[in-house]
Amino acid sequence: MTPALEISGLSKRFGGAVALDGVSLDVRPGEVHGLLGSNGSGKSTLIKCLAGFHAPDGGAVRLHGEPAGPPLPRGAALAFVHQNLGLIPSLSAAENLSLSRIAADRGPRLDWRAVHARAADAFERLGLDLDPGAEVARLSPTERALLAIARADADLRDAGSAERPGVLVLDEPTPFLPREGVERLFALMRACAGRGASVVFVSHDIDEVRAITDRATVLRDGRLVATVETAATPHSRFVELIVGRTLQDHASTPRPTGEALVRVEGLRAPRLGPVSFEIGRGEILGLAGLIGSGFDDVPARLYGAAPGGSGRMIVGSDALDLARTTPAQALRRGVAYLPADRLAAAGVGSLPVAENVGLPVLDRLRGRLGLSTGRIEAHAARLGAAAGVVPNVPGLPLGALSGGNAQKALMAKWLQTRPRLVLLDEPTQGVDVGARQRIWEALGQAAEGGAAVLVASTDADQLAALCHRVLIFSGGRVRAEIAGDALTKDAVAEACFAPGAAA
Amino acid sequence: MSAPERTPSRARELAVLPPAREEELTARIAALEARLEAVEGARRPARDWSWVERVGLLLAWAALILVLGALRPEQMFAWNSYATMLGSNAMIVVLTLALMVPLVAGDFDLSVAATMGLASMLIAVLNVRLGLPLAPAIGVALLAGAAIGAVNAFFVLFFGIHSLIVTLGSGYFTAGLILWVSSSQTISGVSMGLVEAVILTRLLGVPLAFWYAAALTFALWYALQHTALGRRLLFVGRGREVARLSGVDVVRMRAGAFVVAGIVAALAGVLYTGMRGAADPSSALAFLLPAFAAAFLGSTAIYPGRFNAPGAFVAVFFLSTGVMGLTFLGVASFVQNLFYGGALILAVSLSQLLRGRRPMD
Repeated sequence: MTPALEISGLSKRFGGAVALDGVSLDVRPGEVHGLLGSNGSGKSTLIKCLAGFHAPDGGAVRLHGEPAGPPLPRGAALAFVHQNLGLIPSLSAAENLSLSRIAADRGPRLDWRAVHARAADAFERLGLDLDPGAEVARLSPTERALLAIARADADLRDAGSAERPGVLVLDEPTPFLPREGVERLFALMRACAGRGASVVFVSHDIDEVRAITDRATVLRDGRLVATVETAATPHSRFVELIVGRTLQDHASTPRPTGEALVRVEGLRAPRLGPVSFEIGRGEILGLAGLIGSGFDDVPARLYGAAPGGSGRMIVGSDALDLARTTPAQALRRGVAYLPADRLAAAGVGSLPVAENVGLPVLDRLRGRLGLSTGRIEAHAARLGAAAGVVPNVPGLPLGALSGGNAQKALMAKWLQTRPRLVLLDEPTQGVDVGARQRIWEALGQAAEGGAAVLVASTDADQLAALCHRVLIFSGGRVRAEIAGDALTKDAVAEACFAPGAAA
Repeated sequence: MSAPERTPSRARELAVLPPAREEELTARIAALEARLEAVEGARRPARDWSWVERVGLLLAWAALILVLGALRPEQMFAWNSYATMLGSNAMIVVLTLALMVPLVAGDFDLSVAATMGLASMLIAVLNVRLGLPLAPAIGVALLAGAAIGAVNAFFVLFFGIHSLIVTLGSGYFTAGLILWVSSSQTISGVSMGLVEAVILTRLLGVPLAFWYAAALTFALWYALQHTALGRRLLFVGRGREVARLSGVDVVRMRAGAFVVAGIVAALAGVLYTGMRGAADPSSALAFLLPAFAAAFLGSTAIYPGRFNAPGAFVAVFFLSTGVMGLTFLGVASFVQNLFYGGALILAVSLSQLLRGRRPMD
């Protein structure tokens, strides 16, 4: 039987880094095929190569036996549902379903009746209880995901034929859906497969992959590790395949036995909590988990940066009611927060490095005649030199610095306030290796100076290298704690994929 | 237990490597880092030309005077022309400064010209029709300006409506209020005290109105450039989320900017009435565009890329020199509209070039 999708020897390098190394796999018609791997395994690169976002350096893709790019020919029987779904919230479900048709329509008038009929027909065929006239903004997250998949399926039916039913690629559609939503998604995937289409299901979640797929492929470090029959593969085997066995790195330093400086009690937010934990004076605590497990939400909640949470945080002798805390109040109590989105939330790219760095301490920089650009720049130059910002030119716009250097500068912005608690979200994302080391050192120094540090990250390597202790999240709760000699990259990665098994 | 002895990264002591190999690798990493620094250092852009950008508008002003002077030397090179021009355009400077405060905070205020008109009219009505002395009349006018600013702030911030829409509406509404309080009539005969204090008294040959505008320009320059409040306001305008996460009370800052705009626009109205000893119900509205043109043109000078008070000050007089020259040349008055309208678009295009043509936020 001709495979629906055949990938052979696909390779992609970014500069010197190999992101995909000769990956070959095939997906059968009517099959649900899982694609698994941790961050940086090459999963997203593979999808982006298929979608034509990246041009691969080598290899070929065939759809139903015919060469299919890259680049992907128009009308190819391959459809994608990306994590952001690509729906327009202000339009109706029916309009979204026919978006590609409406966009391509060159006729004098659009047949709205046909647009509605097409939606009603598609929903009925797939057994979906959706109103074609409903505004997408009013749909639940689950319904939106269902709509996006139904749209991809409808487009595939247009592009394909009975002999070429096509391939549907779903890129992590589930992490933010509730349990019953995932079930409805699976039913829809089965309906698509039932008519002969193939579904490639990209996921982090081993349980979901085991529940829905026929076969699954695991990538690690850009290489294909194995393609297995799902039914014959136990959970533990999947974990092994995904995490692999790396060189055992050295046992960690023990947790400093200071008293608890920070106590978080009953933190709750949508899809998070209740969560309680402590951070000691001088301790670096890591938070980890899969996407959607809620760990990455914790730093922003503790800072009062997002509304709709509740709980209590005690820093030293100050108590903060997390339902009411604002960033300004958190700051006054010595809490600093460095968000992951460097140029949208952490700093202003169009303003000079000096002003970005000086913002929290403007009152201190005042001279006899008030603030001056010279004083702010001199201050930023001192901090920049200490933090290793290159080039250390405080007058440059922040956006002109490389990711790593911008992050060093923003880290210095907060550490100069000598915070008691430093909250970080993916502190070294998109940062080069040298800068990563500098940032870790800066955090280490802050901790040695008596601060409590909280790092949320999906980077197991970073957590193992940096932290004294790591909490593993799943379903919005802390499921495991790894510390001391047990704290290794593998242990963190393994615990993320199997939160119950570790600890 | 002894003090925790640890390197921050825990250094993963590369125990598996022989020490010699480790040293070799460390040296290689250091060499690579040095090269990287050299490369990144070389990327430092040349900033030697920035002074031309800073004084560009002043140079353009000088060039404009020379060109127009070549055509009409007896008028363009007469000091008295400038003394008059500097005095009569002072209230445009004040109006531009009013507009600039919300612009720095990232909001538009299209109601400033109407606010100026209302303040101007309130003084005339209270002083002439109701016989109120000047001081309380001016006080009421300034309060009215503050009230309009507060209303703008409420609708923008409480309902989350774009400032362009709210102030478009409130400006039109205020224009209606002017017609109402004045019964659509020009009111003249305002106490000469105000006219004396604004336009008749001269310092160094230039009417006092100019010096008021200069003083306010200095004050706003100091506030934006040399106080923490001003620097925070800039962050509110450029990156609301960054400002909020840095502990700045963004809502209060934006509300404050609207109220200050209302008060300063009312001050412009005081000058406007003082210039003429009268108030008319409609002419103030025509100053909105010149103020916008000056604010944006000013943002390309002195502190290029930022709305700034000295830049706006220079821009107002650059533009009014152009208008004055055109009048001397005897061109029809519609050319003024072409001049101001064109200047606004040109100024914004220039500032976009400075920003590297990124879409405006």
